[in-house]
Amino acid sequence: MVRKLDTTAIGGCNPEAAICARGVTRDFTAGQQTITVLHGIDVDIRAGELTYLVGESGSGKTTLISIMCGILWPTEGEVKVFGTDIYALGDTELVEFRLQNIGFIFQQYNLIPSIDAASNAAVPLIAQGMDRHEARERAVAMLEKLNIGNQAHKLPSQLSGGQQQRVAIARALVHEPRLVVCDEPTAALDAASGRRVMDLLREVAVAEDRACIIVTHDNRIFDLADRILVLEDGRITHDGSEMPEGH
Amino acid sequence: MIWIAIRMLTGDAQKFYGLVFGIAFSTLLITQQLTIFVNLIERGASGVYNVSNADVWVMDPVSRTTDVAYAMPSTALDKVRSVEGVEWAVPHIRAQAAVRTSTGDLEGVAVIGVDDATLIGLPKRMLEGAPDVLDQPDSVIIDDVGTTRMFPDESPIGKRLELNDQRAVIRGVADAIPSFTSTVVLYTKYSQALRYVPGTRNRLSFVLVGAEHGVSADELAKRITDQTGLRARTRDEFAQDGVDFIIQNTGIPFNFGITVMLGFIVGIAIVGLTFSLFIRDNIKQFGALKAIGVTNAKIRRMVASQAALVGLVGYGLGIVGTVLFIWGFAGNPTFKGFYVPWQIPLVSLVAVFLILALTGWLALRNVLKTEPASVFR
Repeated sequence: MVRKLDTTAIGGCNPEAAICARGVTRDFTAGQQTITVLHGIDVDIRAGELTYLVGESGSGKTTLISIMCGILWPTEGEVKVFGTDIYALGDTELVEFRLQNIGFIFQQYNLIPSIDAASNAAVPLIAQGMDRHEARERAVAMLEKLNIGNQAHKLPSQLSGGQQQRVAIARALVHEPRLVVCDEPTAALDAASGRRVMDLLREVAVAEDRACIIVTHDNRIFDLADRILVLEDGRITHDGSEMPEGH
Repeated sequence: MIWIAIRMLTGDAQKFYGLVFGIAFSTLLITQQLTIFVNLIERGASGVYNVSNADVWVMDPVSRTTDVAYAMPSTALDKVRSVEGVEWAVPHIRAQAAVRTSTGDLEGVAVIGVDDATLIGLPKRMLEGAPDVLDQPDSVIIDDVGTTRMFPDESPIGKRLELNDQRAVIRGVADAIPSFTSTVVLYTKYSQALRYVPGTRNRLSFVLVGAEHGVSADELAKRITDQTGLRARTRDEFAQDGVDFIIQNTGIPFNFGITVMLGFIVGIAIVGLTFSLFIRDNIKQFGALKAIGVTNAKIRRMVASQAALVGLVGYGLGIVGTVLFIWGFAGNPTFKGFYVPWQIPLVSLVAVFLILALTGWLALRNVLKTEPASVFR
C-alpha cells in the first residue's frame, strides 16, 4: 500500500505525532559554496510504528535523523518531538531532553571498551544521576530481556558483533525513551543476524507510546518496516509501507 | 559519570601508564633537581651553621662569606670586645692549605682555627674523639666528609699529615655540614692555625660574638658596625650571604633552572601527546555520550577527573621517587644532610597542576568541539 506524502499538516502539527518536522532545511558550507542538503522537509513520525528512512548516500537521511533527534540544528524549520519544540530549548535543556526522551543506536555501536556490557547499557541511567549499582541492575534486566544477560560482565571486545549490537540496543532502551533512533543497525551484521536484530527492535522498541526511526539502506530488511520514507536529494520522494518500484 | 571516566582511562593501560609515567617523571625531575639545588646552595651557609653558638659574625667590610674573607688586624678583636652588649668575642681564622698524606697524596684543605680557650668555632657534635683533643700538640680534627675523601676505608684517628710542610695529627672527627665544594676541613686551635697557614700581616678572618642576655643579635650587629666600622652580620644574615654569593656568582641556578624547565616541558610533551591520543581514540565514545545526553559540563568533569587521577598517582610516584633518591644517597657525603623542603613538593604540585590543566584543556577542546551528530557519520 502506498501512502501519499504527509503534507496535509503543514503549518500545524498533528498532536499525536511523535515527531513533527516542518520546513526543515539544512545548508552546509564548504569553502565559499553553500550546499543545501535538506529542502524544506515536512514529515510526521507516528508512535507505534517502525519507520525506515531510506536513501542513497548523500541523500540527506543522516542529516534529517540528526535534526529530528536534536543533535544538529536545522538552518530553517522547526521540529517538535512529542510536542516539544526542541530547537526552542536552550542548549542544556536540549541535552537533558535527549537524555530523558531519546535512545540512540549507532552503526558502530560506540560502546565504551573498558567497561562491561552491563555498565555500557547503564550509561544513560548513570548520566541521569541514578546510583551506579541500581543502574547496573536495571541494565542487566534489559540485557536479559535481549537474551544476553549472561554476557553482562563481559567487555565489548569479548562479545560478537551481534551481541555488541544488543548491548547498544539495551543502552538505547534502558531509560525507557519515547523515541528510539537507529543508524544502520544491521550494516555490520549478516542477513540472519540482521533480521534477528530487527525482530528484536520491533519487539522491544516499538510501542504505542514510542516511536522508532531507522536509517538504513539494507534492502534485506525493508519488508520488516511499517513505514518507509525515501529521501532523494534532500526531499522525501516516497512515503509508504513498501519500497517503491525500481528501488 | 566520573566512574565511567576513570574506567575509560584505566581501561587503556598503555596510555594510563604513559600519562602516569609522564607526570611521575616530571615530578621526579622537578622535585629532585630543586631539592639538590636548594640543598647545594644552602651549603653556602654551612660554614656559619657549623658554628652554632655565634650570634654575630664580625669581619672586614669587604668580606662576603665564610670562604671569601679579607683578614683583619688582631686589634679588631679588642674593638669588638669593647662594644656594649658583647658577652664574649673570640678569634676565628679560615684559610686554605695543602696537605700531604702518608701515601703521598696531595689534597687542598680548609684550615679553621677556633678559639684556644673556649674552642668556640668547632662543630657542635663530634663523631670520634672529644673537642679537647685539640689541647694535644699538633692536633687537628677532621670533618666527616674529609674522612670519607682522605681515608675512605680506615679510621683517621692517629693519622699524621704534612700540613703546609708542618706536622699535624688527626685526633678527632667532627660531624659537620659539608661546604659547597666539599673541601676537606681541618679544625685546630687558633694559635696552631696561625702556624699552619702561611703568614701575612693580618690573619684574623672573623670575630665570633655572643650577645649578652636581653640584647638581640640584630641590635648588637648594628652597634658593632656603628662603633668599629667593621661589618657585623647576624648568624642568619651571614648564612644568607653565603647562599646569595653562590646564586650570584655561579651558573648553578641557571643550570638547575634549565633542568627543572626541561622536566616541565617533557611533562607537557609526554602527557599532552598521550592525553591527546587517548582523547582521539575515545572521541567516538565521547561523541556518543554527548548525543545520548551528557552535557559539556559533565564531559569537563570527566576529563578533569581523569587528569586528577593521573596527577595524583603520577605526583605521588614522583615524590616517592625523590624521597627514595635522597634516602638512597643519604650515606654519600655529597648528599649529607640533604632534605626535601616542604615548599618543593608544593612547587612540583603546582607544576603538575599546570601541566595537566594545559594538556587537559587542549585535549578537552577536541571533545567539546566534537558535534554529537558526528556519531552518525
